[in-house]
Amino acid sequence: MGPDGNAVYLRGVTKTYVSGPSRVPALRGIDLDVPAGELLMLVGPSGCGKTTLISVVAGILDHDEGDSLVFGNDLRAMSQGQRTAFRGTNIGFVFQAYNLIPSLTAGENVAVPLLILKHSRKDALTRSREVLEAVGLGEKVSALPTALSGGQQQRVAIARALVHDPRLVVCDEPTSALDADTGRMVMEVLRRTALSENRALIIVTHDNRIFNFADRIVRMDDGRIILVEPQVATP
Amino acid sequence: MYRIALKMLMGDRGKYLGLIMGLTFAALLVTQQSSIFTGLMTRTYSFINDLSQPDIWVMDPKVQYIDDIKPLQDTELFRVRGVHGVEWAVPLYKGLLKARLQDGNFQIVNVLGLDDATLIGGPPQMIEGDLSDLRRQDAIIVNDVGAATRLAKRPKEGGGKATPLQVGDVLEINDRRAVVVGISKVSRTFQSQPVIYTTYSRAMNFAPRERKLLSFVLVKASDGLNSKELAQRIRQNTGLAAYTAQEFKDLTYDYYMNNTGIPINFGIAVMLGFLIGTAIAGQTFYNFTLENLRYFGTLKAMGTTNGVLLKMILVQALVVGLLGFGLGVGAAALFGFLMSDSELAFRLIPEILFLAAGAISLIVVLSALVSIRKVMKLEPAIVFKG
Repeated sequence: MGPDGNAVYLRGVTKTYVSGPSRVPALRGIDLDVPAGELLMLVGPSGCGKTTLISVVAGILDHDEGDSLVFGNDLRAMSQGQRTAFRGTNIGFVFQAYNLIPSLTAGENVAVPLLILKHSRKDALTRSREVLEAVGLGEKVSALPTALSGGQQQRVAIARALVHDPRLVVCDEPTSALDADTGRMVMEVLRRTALSENRALIIVTHDNRIFNFADRIVRMDDGRIILVEPQVATP
Repeated sequence: MYRIALKMLMGDRGKYLGLIMGLTFAALLVTQQSSIFTGLMTRTYSFINDLSQPDIWVMDPKVQYIDDIKPLQDTELFRVRGVHGVEWAVPLYKGLLKARLQDGNFQIVNVLGLDDATLIGGPPQMIEGDLSDLRRQDAIIVNDVGAATRLAKRPKEGGGKATPLQVGDVLEINDRRAVVVGISKVSRTFQSQPVIYTTYSRAMNFAPRERKLLSFVLVKASDGLNSKELAQRIRQNTGLAAYTAQEFKDLTYDYYMNNTGIPINFGIAVMLGFLIGTAIAGQTFYNFTLENLRYFGTLKAMGTTNGVLLKMILVQALVVGLLGFGLGVGAAALFGFLMSDSELAFRLIPEILFLAAGAISLIVVLSALVSIRKVMKLEPAIVFKG
């Protein structure tokens, strides 16, 4: 765990995208703590730096300055290989477009993180079935993603993000492609299955219909945190 | 992870089949054209292959290949026989002569005059009659393909089917009567002329009068004597050219390689197959990778190392490469089998399989390299870019 028991600890984090002569600051000194057991939502207008921030936290993007610790680990100090291994073990991802591999069944898609961690195929598929059952898709283990509805695909993606029991789950707009009811159902599943006292969830969203699932809402604008709203989740 | 790689590959049926088609086409073209080239080049020295008995061929030093006849004086035969280590030496006449067919048409034929006493140098296989029948008056033996095609008897009226030349039929070679006493099977030659065997003395009568008519002296080395050593000795003692059968084949092969457009023509066809295959497979594989970039990025974000992704792409490339190679070579072999009774020169040798395998491997590696570069440089943060 990081300083003060935080899952995520950010101080003065900056990131500027450079393309030729143009420089676009995306993060302008972010200070943020995310304790384990919390569901945090990052909200704000497009281009405010939300996605850049979770990319830094998830270890898939280097920041320029500041401190960024995830469970006490300075990802920037790690080698590429160490960071890749850290992600594989500790981070779960949920994407707006699900990113399920279309030629794999739901069960196989969910098993991928375990296969990356070199679990046997048999064990990975057994565990994958258990997690799919937990998200209410036990009967869809053999279905291809194209045979599933948007909500079902996102639940498969959630199962994939949780199958290897990561300590941090980052979600990018998990409900924006879904209708209100389905989005609500997905959030219920996410909160019920993903949240635990050892695990933190960070969700980037525009979708104000799901704000009431958050423990805390962080509003961003122009690369800065402008407001932190404590909120009691009332799903 | 390799299973995932293969499922990703095979899941996109269109691209998967396109890749295999491109590689199959390349393997087919490379194998087929190389086999035809090899078949054609083998025909340049097929006559030497058919004559298995002599160890050494003796000829004028200026001869460049088997059909480049520069006649010797008959006395050269005796000089060769006088070289120590020669078990036997026999004369061979080889020349293109004009044969007049029963219908009055003329046809150029390849006449081989064999030693009257031993008939050494005869056809490798008799279909009808016997080699010794050449001792009968005016006797000739005709090869089966020549008898059925260029020497076949045409109906007097136009149209209708030609009848193959048969035992008992009569031709005129240079105004001399020639009676067919046998039908033989010989390897097809480069020039594809009908092959007519007769005795050396009768060939002398068929050939136009010249001071020198002896084409080659065929030599057998004494037991235990190295053919190359004996050839060297013959060269030193007689001043003639003397080659082992293999050396003479190489000489002929090299002549055609260096003095004809055959290698360039076939080389271009093989190169085209290679380039087109590379273009099709490379582009399809690259498109496949581009379309799957999001998933490669997802795998990378979830903890897949570049090394594993590299192996996944190589496994994909290897599988399509093997399938394309197998199908292409199989199609080429089937083509060769179906054309085996035609005049097409087709010879599929193991070296061609290695060549095709090398070409396909190169195509696959080149195609995969572009994709590998793209995936290796891929930032996992792409997964959050929608």
